[in-house]
Amino acid sequence: MKPVSVYITVPGSSAQRDMSGWRNKKPVIDYGRCTNCLICWIFCPEPAIIREEGKIVIDYMHCKGCGICAVECPRKCIEMVGEL
Amino acid sequence: MLSQKLLQLMSGNDAIAYAVMQADVDVVAAYPITPQTVIVERLSEHVAAGRLDAEFVPVESEHSALSVCVGASLVGARVFTASASQGLALMHEMLYIAAGLRCPIVMAVVNRALSAPINIHGDHSDMMGSRDSGWMQIFAESPQQAYDFTIMAYRIAEDRNVLLPVAVNIDGFTVSHCYEGVRVLDKDEIKSYLPRVPRPRLDAETPMTVGAMFSPDYYHIVKTEQVKTLQQSIKHFKEAAKTYPARDVQYDVTHVLNPGSRVVVVGLGGVMGTVRHVARNMDVGVVSVRLFRPFPVEEVRQQLENAELIVAIDRAYSPGAPAPPLASDVKTILQDMDLNIPVWSVVCGLGGHEVRLSTVEKLLNSAVEAAEHGVKTRIQTYITEEVTVT
Repeated sequence: MKPVSVYITVPGSSAQRDMSGWRNKKPVIDYGRCTNCLICWIFCPEPAIIREEGKIVIDYMHCKGCGICAVECPRKCIEMVGEL
Repeated sequence: MLSQKLLQLMSGNDAIAYAVMQADVDVVAAYPITPQTVIVERLSEHVAAGRLDAEFVPVESEHSALSVCVGASLVGARVFTASASQGLALMHEMLYIAAGLRCPIVMAVVNRALSAPINIHGDHSDMMGSRDSGWMQIFAESPQQAYDFTIMAYRIAEDRNVLLPVAVNIDGFTVSHCYEGVRVLDKDEIKSYLPRVPRPRLDAETPMTVGAMFSPDYYHIVKTEQVKTLQQSIKHFKEAAKTYPARDVQYDVTHVLNPGSRVVVVGLGGVMGTVRHVARNMDVGVVSVRLFRPFPVEEVRQQLENAELIVAIDRAYSPGAPAPPLASDVKTILQDMDLNIPVWSVVCGLGGHEVRLSTVEKLLNSAVEAAEHGVKTRIQTYITEEVTVT
């Protein structure tokens, strides 16, 4: 059957989309103060905070810059930095 | 020879409900509104009596009616809804979603004026307000056409190369409540004319995402594909007309009376019957547009190119626009053809305002006289008894 392009038949395609253009500020982590408590990982509404070995990293391709991580961080070690 | 069983006395509303029952739809979700109410009543009776094996969803609004239809259509059901006027206006956002998600929904629109002031009678301002929603828009002039076009609408909508919703328009009261003998098809004819064609659908075995957000890089691709599909669906209308069973009348995207006349009248809907009745013994051609969207540009162009004066009849205003909807389309076609033929843009029949034979006669006589004298005046007017051109 000829595909209809409004129907997305490939699962997980949103992971391929670069959403960084939505952002005007990006979260930057001060790893010197971060205790890897994972509060930001819990609160991030996108899967844009990724757990790696002993630390978290931000997936800037999918982070839309909402700033929730910076607000929720109990040690205030995430700063929203202007992109321009 | 037609058996008596297949000739039934029906109003336009009855005819549509009967066609929907025979089309064996799976889901009906509709909210009653004058002058469409009888369609919903008849369908609820057909379902209650077991003549139609469908889920009848008595929704709380027209917005919900079309939302139910979109959901049901996306899982592969054959669905129907009907509305008019304020109801169609309340559906507005869902109209675009139904078209954008490529749902082959068939909806009867029993054309009625929009408030304010409130008015329950016929004109085309409801559908013209939804003109650009991406639906195929067919205008039936009689109960017979209402029946035939409703059946045809399912064949076109569900065609694998179309997959678009279709609105079958009938004029409020003058068609919806007018009775005539309607020739209906028998069960087997309908069954072979409306096969269940597989289409992409929401199904656990072959999962897909429907209704996701499309970024600027992709949205235009989807919309352009949708619009091109609508444009080429004209050939599917023609195919559906050509293969329509057991009919001695061959339908087409337009109906033409007196081709090659000096004055050509173009219009939509039931009022064209009045125009044809007056024009039949005059040097006046009448082009009744049956398929309004997609607009049959080529077919209308052929009828206009040798005219000396064109009268475009609308049953709606487009407030603030250079011309009402149909007149705009006609003028666009002329411009694209490099033709400088004067167009009289005449609005008539607003809010059920009767369009009398005498009124049409005066209009056409004035047009013929103007054409004979080579009067190039363009006029925009609301139809009245007095048509004076200087």
